[in-house]
Amino acid sequence: MKSFSYAKVATAEEAAGLLKQRNTRLIAGGTDLLGLMKERLIEPDRLVDVNGIAQLRGITATKENFRVGALTTLAELAAHQATPLIIKEALADAATPQLRNMATVGGNLVQRNRCWYFRSAEHRCWLKGGPRCLAVDGDNRYHAIYGEGECRQVTPSDLAPALIALDATVVMRTDEGEDSLPLAQLYVAPTARHRREHAVGDDDLILAVRIGGDALRRHATYLKFMERATWQFAVVSVAASARLVEGRAQDVRIVAGAVANIPWRVKAAEDLLAGEKIDDARALAVAERFVRDARPLRDNAYKVAVLRELVRRAVLRLKD
Amino acid sequence: MRIHLTVNGLEREADVWEGSSLLTALREDLGLPGSKNACEQGECGSCSVLLDDQLLCSCLVLAAAAEGHRIRTVEDLGKDERLHPVQRAFVDAGAVQCGFCTPGFIVASYALLRDNPEPSEAEIREALSGNLCRCTGYGKIIEAVRRASREMYR
Repeated sequence: MKSFSYAKVATAEEAAGLLKQRNTRLIAGGTDLLGLMKERLIEPDRLVDVNGIAQLRGITATKENFRVGALTTLAELAAHQATPLIIKEALADAATPQLRNMATVGGNLVQRNRCWYFRSAEHRCWLKGGPRCLAVDGDNRYHAIYGEGECRQVTPSDLAPALIALDATVVMRTDEGEDSLPLAQLYVAPTARHRREHAVGDDDLILAVRIGGDALRRHATYLKFMERATWQFAVVSVAASARLVEGRAQDVRIVAGAVANIPWRVKAAEDLLAGEKIDDARALAVAERFVRDARPLRDNAYKVAVLRELVRRAVLRLKD
Repeated sequence: MRIHLTVNGLEREADVWEGSSLLTALREDLGLPGSKNACEQGECGSCSVLLDDQLLCSCLVLAAAAEGHRIRTVEDLGKDERLHPVQRAFVDAGAVQCGFCTPGFIVASYALLRDNPEPSEAEIREALSGNLCRCTGYGKIIEAVRRASREMYR
């Protein structure tokens, strides 16, 4: 790890000021950042420790609004009685007890991807400024099955698909002041000019994540496929939600994780379910439509089959 | 940089560099080598400690960030002449092979039984999922946790 200077701050204003300095990063739970620094994948000159900003911690919940501060740990979010079931399902399969006690909600949403070429200091992949994506011709068993971009990394977060299925918004502090936007808009496939998995700048501060009352009342579920039953990033995950009106699905959201550069939705598949009763045939049709445009690489066609089955099961679970 | 830590009930002082992890400070500067250093990535749990009573990986906490918090390590749970019931259960169940992962498992098992006196097997497995035993002695480790539960709460 390269040497750096370290400062603790107590307010968001203080943090915002220090984060304007060159090559400066904020540290919260540290579970991803310190790993990246130890591998010398990032080498900041300054760390700003935001853990002391009390206003960014904790959960406030009413019937119409669920708000979780960015510094709330995954364990605290999982344990809160007002946390939506789909979020609890997603967190139950995320990481380990130790990491859930450390990792924060804000950090989880902007963690870097797990592609082994990206994580290896010896490989100069496209996302790290190299000429091409090494997964395209390399070992790509866990990589993307959707998307046209150069990079084939996939989204690692369990929380992001579940939150997007509930139309969550994220409250940010940027150069322009405090801003609220749909969480889904944070995720942008990397481009040659912006080789990053998301649109959050190093000097931006995530303040909180919010879910509105309509989404809180939806039926929703999260399913995750792992290579073993614990402590694995998703091979494929699916978050689904819908409102049921006299047994018919409305406001359908189906969000897949670990299949593309960004949490992946297929509007045509969601439309197939809208206004319909949920039964075996409908669930299968929706799942087939979801995977119809998948374009797997050499080693990951199995992910298409896994995704189809997870979508089918998730849609059926919306009945309950 | 000079830091002040509260470790095992004592006020301690150490001179560390900014990048020093809590684990390194414990082992190298404070003479507490019970917490082990293996993966350095939060994947193996061998460095597990309690910080403000929360189980976490001390390899992923900056020593400087631990200032102002209460830290408890495996050294504080028991002594050679008077083992903690969790430690005694690991000995009696034969849950120690090479022993490298054992301190981490002891701390994680202690945290589990503090919060959940009679865990089911599924709950034990989940609670210990952040600790790896490369000798793969998991059967005996789970037995040791059950034994400790009976010993502590019967």
